[in-house]
Amino acid sequence: MRVRRGYLLISVFLWVLATASGACADSFEAFRGLEGTLKISGGTAHIPVMQTLAQEVMRRYPAIRITIAGGGSGVGIKQVGEGLVDIGNSGRKPTDEEIAAYGLKLYRWAMDGVAAVVHPQNPVRALTVQQVKDIFSGKIMNWKDVGGPDRAIHVFTRDEASGTREVFWKKALDKGAIRKDADVVPSNGAMKTAVATDPAAIGYMSVGYVDESVRAVILDGVEANVDNVQSGRYPVARGLYSNTKGDPSPLAKAFLGLLYAPEGQAVIADKGYIPVTQ
Amino acid sequence: MTRRERWIRKVLAAATFVAAAIPLAILIFMALLARPLFTTLPLLDLLTGSWDPIRGHFGILPMMTASLTLAFTSLAVAFPVSLGCAGLIYGLAPWTVAVPLRRLVQIMTGFPTVIYGFVGVFVLVPAVRHVFEAGSGRCLLSALIPLSLMITPTMTLFFCDAFAAVPRETLLAAAASGADAVQRFVWVVIPSAGKGLVAGTVIAFGRALGDTLIALMLAGNAAQIPSSLLDSARTLTAHIALVIAADFRSLEFAFIFLCGMVLYALTACAALYAWKIRTGIGKDAA
Repeated sequence: MRVRRGYLLISVFLWVLATASGACADSFEAFRGLEGTLKISGGTAHIPVMQTLAQEVMRRYPAIRITIAGGGSGVGIKQVGEGLVDIGNSGRKPTDEEIAAYGLKLYRWAMDGVAAVVHPQNPVRALTVQQVKDIFSGKIMNWKDVGGPDRAIHVFTRDEASGTREVFWKKALDKGAIRKDADVVPSNGAMKTAVATDPAAIGYMSVGYVDESVRAVILDGVEANVDNVQSGRYPVARGLYSNTKGDPSPLAKAFLGLLYAPEGQAVIADKGYIPVTQ
Repeated sequence: MTRRERWIRKVLAAATFVAAAIPLAILIFMALLARPLFTTLPLLDLLTGSWDPIRGHFGILPMMTASLTLAFTSLAVAFPVSLGCAGLIYGLAPWTVAVPLRRLVQIMTGFPTVIYGFVGVFVLVPAVRHVFEAGSGRCLLSALIPLSLMITPTMTLFFCDAFAAVPRETLLAAAASGADAVQRFVWVVIPSAGKGLVAGTVIAFGRALGDTLIALMLAGNAAQIPSSLLDSARTLTAHIALVIAADFRSLEFAFIFLCGMVLYALTACAALYAWKIRTGIGKDAA
C-alpha cells in the first residue's frame, strides 16, 4: 500500500511536470524575437521554479540563454543592485534602504508556507511554538510529553542548503538549535516519504507539499494551510521575490511575466509554493 | 616501423595522455573550487572538525567516519557471502545449482542502486525501526544491508575468475594426494587465489565507498560521528548530494569539493593497491 502510494506520487509528479512543460505556447510567445543572455542569481528557494521555466524557454528559443545561480537573498539583492545580474532573487522583501539605494523593482510571485508535519496516525494534532522548538532542539524526546503515545520522537530535518529549512529555522524555531542526530532528507518529496512511513516522525515541509499522507500540525492554534498562509495568519511563511534594478530588460520582463502566467503559476504550485497574482 | 604504425603509435600515445590528464585535471579542478575553504579555515579544522556551517564549523570527519564505517562493514558482510557463492559456482555445488547461481549473480551486477534504496525505504527501514526500537530506522545498518547486497555480485564474479585462474596441475597434485573437493577448495584454491581475492575486495570497497543513493536514502544523513550501527550517519557521497543545490559562492559549496578530493584520494589508494596486487600476480607467473 505504502509502496503504491510512493509510486503514485512519482507518477503524479511526472504527469504534472509533463503537462507543465507541454502547456500551450501563449506566454512563451513573449520571448519570440528576443535573444541574448539572462542572468539570474540569489535566493535558492526560487531555483526549482526558475530552472524549470528557464529550460522550457531555452528549449523553445535556442537563441536565449538563461543562467541561474544561487548565493542567497543578500547576494541576489546586492548583485542585481550592482548590475551584475538581470534578476536578483530574494526570499525576503528587500529593505527600504536597499530599494532606495539600488532603485529596485520588486516582483513577489509566490508565497511559501512551511508546516511542521507528523504521521496521520499520530494523535498529536496541535503544538505550541515552544513545544516545536523543544522537540527540534531535543529538549522533548518523547511524544508523551506533548500529549501523544509513549514513544521516542524521530526528528527529520533538511540540509543547510534548503530554503525550507531556513524559513522554518527562523520563523518557527526562532533560530534555535536542531538536534545533531536528526535525520536529514534531501527534498520536500523525501520529507513526505519519511514522515508518511514513520508513525513517530516529525518534520517540516512547504505547505504546497502537504497531502493526506502526512498531517500538518496546528501551530499555536493556527492551521498551516494555503488560506492561512495567504491571509498571513500562519506565521511560518514568506514571499518569494524577484528584483530588478529599475525597469527590467525585455528578456527579464518576458521571464517575470511568465511567473505570473498560467504556465508559470502551474510550475510554482507544482514546486510547492503558492502562486501570487500580479 | 611503417608510416602507418608510427601514426597508430602517435594516436595511442595521445589517447594515453588524455586518459591520464583527465583524472589529474579533475583533481586540480576540485582543488581550485575548494580553495575558498582553505583560505578561510585551517586545514586541521577541516579534517577533524564537526559539520555545523551556521556556526562556521566545516569539518569532514563525521562524513569520513560514516563513509569508511559503511564501506568496511558492508565488506565484512559481503566478503564471506561472495566467497561462498564463488565456491559454489566454482564447483562445490552440482551444476544444477551452480549454473543458475552464476546467472543470478551476473544479473544482479546490473541492478540500479536506486531500486535497493527504494525497497529499503519502504521495507528495511520500518523493519529495522521495529526490531531494534532505536531511532527512526534510518541508520548505518539499514544502509549496509543493501550495500552488501550491491557489492556481493561484483565480488563473487571477481572471485570466480581468481579461482578459475588456479593452475590445473596444482589441483591435480592435490587430488592425487587424496584431497576431496572441499579440502582442495579450502587448502589449495583459496590460498592460490589470494591475490585475486584481495583485488576483488578492493574493487568492491571502491564501489561501496562511492555509492550515493543507498546511503542518502537509508543512512539517515545526520552529520554526526556515529557511535553504533543504529546511529543515523552521513557519508561523503550523500553529503555531496545534499549540498550540491547550495548557492555557488558559499563555503558549503566549496566544501563538497573537499569531500570530492577525499573520496578521490581514498579510491585512488584502493585502486593503486589493487593494481599493485595484480602486477604482483604477473610477477609470480614470470
